Amino acid sequence: MSTGDLATAGRPPAGEPPAAGAAGGGVAWRPSAARAWLRLYRSELGLIFLRWRNVALLAVLAAIPVLTGVALKLAAPSGRGQGPAFLDQVAGNGVFLAFLALTVMLTLVLPLAIAVVSGDSIAGEAGHGTLRYLLTVPAGRTRLLAIKYGALLTFCVACCVLVSAVALATGAAAFPVGPVTLLSGDTVSLADGLLRLLLVTLYVAAGMGALAAIGLAISTFTEHAIAAIAAILVIAIASEVCDNIPQFSVVHPYLPTHWWLSFDGLLRMPIAWGEVGHGLLSFGIYAVIFCAVAWARFTSADVTS
Amino acid sequence: MSPVPPSSARPDEVSFGRDAADELAGAAPAASDRQAGAWSPGSPPRRGGAATQAAAAPSAAAPEPDVAGEADAAIATRGLTKRFRSGQLAVDNLTLRVPRGSVYGFLGPNGSGKTTTIRMLLGLVAPTSGGHQLFGVTMPDGAGAVLPRVGSLVEGPAFYSFLSGPANLARCDAADRTADPRTAAARIGEALERVGLTAAGAKHYRAYSLGMKQRLAIAAGLLRPRDLMILDEPTNGLDPQGTREVRGLIRKIAADGTTVFVSSHLLAEVEQISSHVGVMRAGQLVFEGSLEQLRGRDAARIRVRTPDPDVAAQVLAGLGLADIQRQDGQISAQLGEERPEDVCARLVHAGVRVAGLDTPRASLEDLFVELTGEGFDVNG
Repeated sequence: MSTGDLATAGRPPAGEPPAAGAAGGGVAWRPSAARAWLRLYRSELGLIFLRWRNVALLAVLAAIPVLTGVALKLAAPSGRGQGPAFLDQVAGNGVFLAFLALTVMLTLVLPLAIAVVSGDSIAGEAGHGTLRYLLTVPAGRTRLLAIKYGALLTFCVACCVLVSAVALATGAAAFPVGPVTLLSGDTVSLADGLLRLLLVTLYVAAGMGALAAIGLAISTFTEHAIAAIAAILVIAIASEVCDNIPQFSVVHPYLPTHWWLSFDGLLRMPIAWGEVGHGLLSFGIYAVIFCAVAWARFTSADVTS
Repeated sequence: MSPVPPSSARPDEVSFGRDAADELAGAAPAASDRQAGAWSPGSPPRRGGAATQAAAAPSAAAPEPDVAGEADAAIATRGLTKRFRSGQLAVDNLTLRVPRGSVYGFLGPNGSGKTTTIRMLLGLVAPTSGGHQLFGVTMPDGAGAVLPRVGSLVEGPAFYSFLSGPANLARCDAADRTADPRTAAARIGEALERVGLTAAGAKHYRAYSLGMKQRLAIAAGLLRPRDLMILDEPTNGLDPQGTREVRGLIRKIAADGTTVFVSSHLLAEVEQISSHVGVMRAGQLVFEGSLEQLRGRDAARIRVRTPDPDVAAQVLAGLGLADIQRQDGQISAQLGEERPEDVCARLVHAGVRVAGLDTPRASLEDLFVELTGEGFDVNG
């Protein structure tokens, strides 16, 4: 492995909170530190993506856009202008199925998947008792947490990309695909449209990443994964409910879920970064705060499980 | 395997368990509570103290090889105390020293603080006060440096049930930033072979028997050469065959020069393999030393069966023997410096009809119970 490889390899986890602290008196580590990070990161990804439960979750995530596409196809056999607007859009251009799927799944299904995996991240290890063995290896508490969050972010991106990709494929199979008409009324090429879809997908993943940080933090407070998962879902749903009550409009911008759907700007010509920027800022702040909470808790807590 | 000595008689275990429970129910000593409370506010000068001790030790070289600088010990704790948030004082001012190369049996009834101590040794639980060193490295600051030299089994095995044994070991190895991934497969194979799990290969962990799980946990500790193995109740829940296997395994590990720290609530489990023992009771270390020293605690007694107990008692008292006890047709006393044959001669000379005479020694198990259980009469 060349030095360049190593540098790239170390990047995903290295972007996380104060990694240097994990080393403690890390006398024993060698130049292969980046490789050691990558190794545990890969092991972590293996745990997430090879676990039957998570594979089933991903399968559900993939099935929903397909079912939506099939339903729309069945619902729109004849001409246009009879169903709701989105139906016309999707029927006119299969690419819109991807936007539709992301929007629909963002309210419950995607958060559910993120809640399950992030709530399980530390609490699951604690509940199994594997946490004590990881820590006596020693994996290093900060290092383990950073790698856990890195793997969670990867899972968030994977979920959103999966939904987009499956929806796109379904849309392309069931409906015509062509140049994309944006919200601003401009029509851009299919390639540009797909780029926009990628940006929207990553934006949604960023929102899920913030939720994953909340999940990680909650997960450090319990050894019952199911309790952590439930708590994360309650937070997400409560936030969405509050966001729909006009009387609470003062707090709306500060709710973790408020900016999840604010990717309209990415579908305008030129791209309106205002709301999108606010959203990303909100996600970033949530991620930083809750990673800090997780770190403070996890590096000081007694492991008695 | 050498024959199990009579000391491991099962009835003793039963009464021991009951005593332990009584003790737990009754006995968190108020005085020590207050003491620990007084320590907790400011973390005491543990590092400075440890360093001074280490420096001073060589000059004070005692005849016993055990008493050396803390840096020479595999494990050295100093006033280690843990009070949980619930207020329970789990470990109370524990100072123990595990010499390098020893097999140290860490004994005590369930709930006496063994596991909490082990968790503190491994940096899983932070002590309320006090501190410890592993191989002279202060924990938990030096955990990254010293823990790779330590293999451990804490409170039973724990692995991912949906992974096979080798996959689980690979996961442990991946977490070790000092392990070389290129040799991982070979080391995993070797560790599995050492514990005799090679055949179990592809089976999921959830399909393992308890003994296999236990052995897999030990294999995880053997993924690389270790200087110290900390094994918490490694035979817990195992059948006799499993117990024997694990005991043999520990012997082999120790034979390689690895220091072994093994906890148990059964003396019989460790007395055949350990060179040193520490005995815990209600969070406190009530004995630490070699097995010989533990045996030496036993004061030899003489026991006479006779139809003339009154005369016999007079004779024994006349000889200056202490703690004379009478029990239907039987009389016993501490032997002290007297030789049993001389005592017998004196008894006969005094006209005592001696039906039987012996010098019962308490078994190690009895001594252990005496140390850990409340008010248990060893010779009763």
